[in-house]
Amino acid sequence: MSTRRIAAAALLFTLAANSSLAESPRLGKSITEVEIAAWDLSILGDGTGLPSGSGTAAEGAAIYAQKCVACHGEGGKGGNNGAVVGGGPLDRIEATKTIVNFWGYPTTVFDFIRRAMPWQQPRTLSNDEVYALVAFIFAQNKLIGEKDAMNAQTLPKVKMPNRDNFIVRFPKEI
Amino acid sequence: MRIFKRRNSGEKHSTLQPVAGNGLLDRRALLGRGIAFAGAMSAGGAASLTGAAAEPLKDEQWSLEPGEVLSPYQQPSKFEKKVTRILSNPRGEPRTQHARTPHHMLNGTITPNGLHFTISHQGNPDIDPDKHKLIIHGMVKQPLAFTLDSLSRYPMVTRAAFVECGGNSSLLFSKEPVQTDVQNLHGLVSCAEWTGVKLSVLLEEAGFDKNAKWMIAEGADAPAVSRSVPMKKALDDAMIALYQNGERLMPGNGYPVRLLLPGYEGNMQVKYLRRLKVVNQPSMSYYETRTYSPVLPNGKAYRFFFLQEVKSFITHPSPGLMLKEPGLYEISGIAYSGTGRITKVMVSADGGKSWAKAALQAPVLSKAFTLFRMAWRWNGSPAVLQSRAWDDAGNVQPTRAEVVATRGETKTVARVGGFPSQHYNGITSWGIAGSGEVKHVYA
Repeated sequence: MSTRRIAAAALLFTLAANSSLAESPRLGKSITEVEIAAWDLSILGDGTGLPSGSGTAAEGAAIYAQKCVACHGEGGKGGNNGAVVGGGPLDRIEATKTIVNFWGYPTTVFDFIRRAMPWQQPRTLSNDEVYALVAFIFAQNKLIGEKDAMNAQTLPKVKMPNRDNFIVRFPKEI
Repeated sequence: MRIFKRRNSGEKHSTLQPVAGNGLLDRRALLGRGIAFAGAMSAGGAASLTGAAAEPLKDEQWSLEPGEVLSPYQQPSKFEKKVTRILSNPRGEPRTQHARTPHHMLNGTITPNGLHFTISHQGNPDIDPDKHKLIIHGMVKQPLAFTLDSLSRYPMVTRAAFVECGGNSSLLFSKEPVQTDVQNLHGLVSCAEWTGVKLSVLLEEAGFDKNAKWMIAEGADAPAVSRSVPMKKALDDAMIALYQNGERLMPGNGYPVRLLLPGYEGNMQVKYLRRLKVVNQPSMSYYETRTYSPVLPNGKAYRFFFLQEVKSFITHPSPGLMLKEPGLYEISGIAYSGTGRITKVMVSADGGKSWAKAALQAPVLSKAFTLFRMAWRWNGSPAVLQSRAWDDAGNVQPTRAEVVATRGETKTVARVGGFPSQHYNGITSWGIAGSGEVKHVYA
């Protein structure tokens, strides 16, 4: 390829790149994090995003009996839907994954209950209620003491037994 | 493994040349050349194609009267009523619902919208597009809100892409072959032509932080399905999809807007997309750290599988499609890869002892369905059909034994509808009995 052709090609490329930028109509409307707050459910693995509030296992037991037991069974042992208490060994690939035998992060429990439960009325629990349910489930699973309160400081420190048993399958994709 | 050497083409070879054991024939047989096929698997026998009609032809009633009034949105013929998705939870009980694509009743590379597979964790939301918003925030210079109307004014891109559930085909982890059809085994993958806005354009507009490695995507459905996506993928070929095969997305596929991550696990391609948060670490959400993290034989588990690896399966013949008589058939199926373009599909009719190269239907597109075809003369004796695919990233579809060697298999036989693990991309084998019946086998 001649120098002139290379220059022409480079110019074309530049034009194409510029025009694709110029084509963007930039129609996104500015919004503030305060305005987004009600939708911002994200909690990260280190606890970032956990809201204020607090709850204990005793408080959680009452909420569980009212809003959770129908699907998850007495004492969290499972009903029409999965158990939230207990779990067998991971001794087969089809082993049932439970909070205590599988979940790696305590934050996931708070995050999932808050965003998706109860089934018929997701996102109706207060943050205190979610913390209380997490405390109840963790206490039933002997991950915390009966009297331990769960809040933004204590919850991320709960040690999940299976925490270190995960292998990133395709690290190059990250 | 034996590979039969292909004969040089030449007009003097007018007969069909075998290219591998048990009746696989040169691909030129597919092109016709005056050869009568025995017909589709369950269609009439050779006689109806080659024999003379017993009675003189006459017009049927439908040819002798005006037809029906057109409908504003047309539906398939009433004779095609059986071509539907299988539902796992038709009464909408409080658990996940699955609707599986009937691959054995379709023939093409694009799944019709009404038959595209759907998994819904808490039902399909009924979203008013005029009220829907997409927010981009977190590690950005300026958080932004987009309406559907504003997104529709951006430059659009169109591409074909398959979407596959991470749990598709997982019944093949069962220690014994589960006796069911291709719809139950492989029906959680479909392929469509998607049109939308490149996500990188919107991320640039918000001024994303170049140090951010992750983006959390979240839906507007009841469970607010949430997944962490590497920024690498978000800036590569991710699309904010608005159209599916030319029309607006189906409710089961994310109406009015979904995240499309070509080649990635379906669950990550968040439907009803309403929020993207740019962050410095993954959220470790329920679906990424629990559901789609498969357990390994040693009790450890894979996390962040992301990729739907190279796979193929034969759709014709397959269980439920009887071979009525010995004769010429076309074996056909689907191949696809989350890591690129299909470069080769090999087919075997003798359980993997010998293989021949199948014809690939053009165009062969990256991260989309590719149809493959192979001519076959079934001599009426038992046979085992298999297909195996290669992609342009150099990946090869593993045998089932190779998958089991690293990923294990179940201790109890899996049940139809179950998910004993995730991410199976090994070979599928169909056993043909002397009767012409097709069964799922391991070979």
